[in-house]
Amino acid sequence: MHISLTVNGKSVQADVAPEELLSDLLRERLGLTGTHVGCDTSQCGACVVHVDGRSVKSCTVLAVALQGSTVTSIEAVASAAGLHPMQKAFHENHGLQCGFCTPGMVMSALDYAARNPDPSAESVRHWLEGNFCRCTGYQNIVAAILAGAAAMSERAKELGK
Amino acid sequence: MTSSTGIGASLLRKEDQRFLMGRGNYVSDIKRPGMTMGAFLRSPHAHARILAIRSDAALAMPGVLAVLTGEDLRADGVGGLPCAWPVTGKGGAPTKEPTHPPLAQDKVRHVGDPVAFIIAESLLQARNAAEAVEVDYEALPAVGGVLEAIKPGAPAVFEDIPDNVCVDWELGDKAATDAAFQGAAHVARISLVNNRLVGNPMEPRAAIGEYDSSREHYTLWTTSQFPHIVKLLMGNFVLGIAQHKLRVVSPDVGGGFGVKQFHYAEEALVTWGSRRVGRPVKWVAERSEGFISDAHGRDHVTEAEMALSEDGHFLGLRVRTIANMGGYLSTFGPNIPTNLYGPLLAGVYTTPAIYCEVKAVFTNTVPVDAYRGAGRPEATFVLERLVDVAAAELGIDRAEIRRRNMIPPGAYPYQTPVMMEYDSGDPGGCLAKALLKADWDGFAQRKGQSAARGKLRGIGLCTYVEACGLAPSRIAASLGVRGGLFESAAVRVHPTGEVTVLMGSHNHGQGHETTFAQIASELLGIPADKVEIVFGDTDRVQFGLGTYGSRSLAVGGSALVKATNKVITKGKKIAAHMFEAAEADIEFKDGSFTVAGTDRHKPFAEIALSAHFPVNFPLETLEPGLEEQAFYDPVNFTFPCGAHIAELEIDPETGTVELLSYIAVDDIGTVINPMIVEGQIVGGIVQGIGQALYEDCIYDQESGQLLSGSFMDYCLPRADNFPLISVETNITACTHNPLGSKGCGELGTIGSPATVINAVVDALSHLGVNHVDMPATPNRLWRIIANAGAAPVVP
Ligand code: FES
Ligand code: FES
Repeated sequence: MHISLTVNGKSVQADVAPEELLSDLLRERLGLTGTHVGCDTSQCGACVVHVDGRSVKSCTVLAVALQGSTVTSIEAVASAAGLHPMQKAFHENHGLQCGFCTPGMVMSALDYAARNPDPSAESVRHWLEGNFCRCTGYQNIVAAILAGAAAMSERAKELGK
Repeated sequence: MTSSTGIGASLLRKEDQRFLMGRGNYVSDIKRPGMTMGAFLRSPHAHARILAIRSDAALAMPGVLAVLTGEDLRADGVGGLPCAWPVTGKGGAPTKEPTHPPLAQDKVRHVGDPVAFIIAESLLQARNAAEAVEVDYEALPAVGGVLEAIKPGAPAVFEDIPDNVCVDWELGDKAATDAAFQGAAHVARISLVNNRLVGNPMEPRAAIGEYDSSREHYTLWTTSQFPHIVKLLMGNFVLGIAQHKLRVVSPDVGGGFGVKQFHYAEEALVTWGSRRVGRPVKWVAERSEGFISDAHGRDHVTEAEMALSEDGHFLGLRVRTIANMGGYLSTFGPNIPTNLYGPLLAGVYTTPAIYCEVKAVFTNTVPVDAYRGAGRPEATFVLERLVDVAAAELGIDRAEIRRRNMIPPGAYPYQTPVMMEYDSGDPGGCLAKALLKADWDGFAQRKGQSAARGKLRGIGLCTYVEACGLAPSRIAASLGVRGGLFESAAVRVHPTGEVTVLMGSHNHGQGHETTFAQIASELLGIPADKVEIVFGDTDRVQFGLGTYGSRSLAVGGSALVKATNKVITKGKKIAAHMFEAAEADIEFKDGSFTVAGTDRHKPFAEIALSAHFPVNFPLETLEPGLEEQAFYDPVNFTFPCGAHIAELEIDPETGTVELLSYIAVDDIGTVINPMIVEGQIVGGIVQGIGQALYEDCIYDQESGQLLSGSFMDYCLPRADNFPLISVETNITACTHNPLGSKGCGELGTIGSPATVINAVVDALSHLGVNHVDMPATPNRLWRIIANAGAAPVVP
């Protein structure tokens, strides 16, 4: 089946099999291996990307359903100017160890920050129910997301001035 | 600290950038030219005879290149997966080491035992073909757990081992221990289960094999914590590949926790398969495949008793454990419930007589081996539960009974009755700090407040010691290991003064690229960003013994200190030549070589440059170049210790536990990077609490079917299960390695299960409960509360 969509700002045309998952499209077809696959039951969140601005688990999305969609994966989060404030917050708060859950965590965190004008440790922990990390014990991930969200709203304010 | 990036700095991690940008290089990300994909057909039976395998239909399917079975392994002379650490049982009896073929031969011995390996052009084709392979099985009765395995007349996992006993091991002085019990005023007893766990690093295992016929050379990319040992075991024992014709690469690895420190069948099969089909072969585990093929952890059934004097002094300890080995021996299987368990029963106490017996048994389950902590959490759980039972029975405060029996500060080095000599430690200081921080004395008031809200509040405490920094080769050899356990480091100085360090240990989340750079930065007086750490490639790093047993810093870091000091010594020679001074007069400090007592000095980079432009070197006495390698074999284990306290509430209506606080105070020796250390400890604590409250790998005891084979029914800890965890240190330096470091990777999983269960039991003590098995799920607790009556809440 033929689909056309936008991935990380570039238009992509692909003939996809009916069972092809977005995670496979990204990893195998487009070589965007920053999106990870950590489970086969849609629970770990290592595969989280954004579709039309919202975080989704790419291992549960069929590629055929993406006609006309805009997909953003971890590779497009940093800019020429450097890491995104959320990525920087993960770095500064030691929010990653082995790095395998990290892309999904960052993509999920960006959506959290977008949806929660009033972030709190409790709501971050709740939000992360669908993102597993086996290394960090979550503590520094929570701190990173709070710091990243604060930096993002700070930046938004400045841009608004 | 000689520079802001040296020892003691919370330097942000050098390795973060690539992971944050999605540019990590994990095995599953790698594509090789002409690469094919492999899939396994695995046994649905726990125990069955293989009568026939028909692969014609599968072979005829589109894209299928090979269907390989145990018979093909036999025909090619492929060996079994070796056990690297057998132990000696009672009366000198050796460990039974039945052959573990990479693909089942004649029989399958656990659900998930690989039966056929299918190689095809695409993964989908390989998977479809796997479904088309027909296997005739004759199902056999199975043993799904250790208690089943030792029943008289139980089915035998191996026909020539009718009693299923792999090794019957003992440690300690039985007669002295029995005597201690005879005169004792009180004996405390406990029976407990240490629940079976699945390590579940977030990255599933994966491997790619590639054979280059033009060079008769093999490369294996694998998700391994110790590529050099995979190279040695697989090359030498399984596939018969000469060491100089085999390269093993473990690039970025997404967590290990022990699970990835073994040599697995899949590694050998992609490597062997790549020669069979003449193209690279890749295999990536699905999570559910990991559940039935990754080695599992723990799985003990134990009875223990402690003899005490009237005033609560520990007089003797007797422990009997049955430990699960699974359906075959994994690489280190027999060592875990023996050498890494028995000696730790001494804890931080002066118990004079200890005797421990361990029966390691085969069952029709996935092989069991080391998982973060490996033996030491099991020992700590037995001891610290038993101490709580004794305290309750004797009416002594739980902190007080521990203080009364603790090794006093002046008694180090301290020889325990079970093998170990602790070089250093301040468990008493850790305990005092933790009690203060937790406001132990104010607990009764908080309990009352909880009761007023209808909640059962409990507080729990645990001390621990661990033997890590594995390991002095001499001692380890006497305990059965087939190889050395030293570590290597090479320091390569570039002509411009930057440094590349090649480390034998592997980094998969521990922050080595930062920590080791800090050590080099400290010693050489150069910023850490001028240091690059290389690991995980047997073609680049000469040798290493991997990352496990909290050994990378204590052993690998010591090798790095040694190699760096050799560089400095060589630098002094070069400086002496340049200054026309005596070598003995050259000092090296803050990155400069100085002639003592003068202001004549040359920075490190200038010496590095001269080493590479040796125009007037006296070549008979001074070689050009600046690169040094060192191997470090520790003289003893290291012994981190500490005290942890947890406070929690149980809702009697639902049995749900809410963890309210967790406090850890640990003596881990010299800290290189406090930020990374805290991350390691918190991560370990959460994993250990996973064992205490959530995780359980359940087999049907009679059929051997795995009942918790996915994240749907194996409960991994989640972010909203935890309060803020408080981590503090209380340091005494290790006395026998140059850094004074002890290790911090495993202590979290060692201390936290006992801490949390002690708190759970405390919350339920008014019901007459003196033990709760792990995991303390709402279901289990609700039943206990319901059975005890109408769930009265006692303020
Ligand atoms: S890979 Fe998508 S949720 Fe686990
Ligand atoms: S950093 Fe390893 S799984 Fe999260």
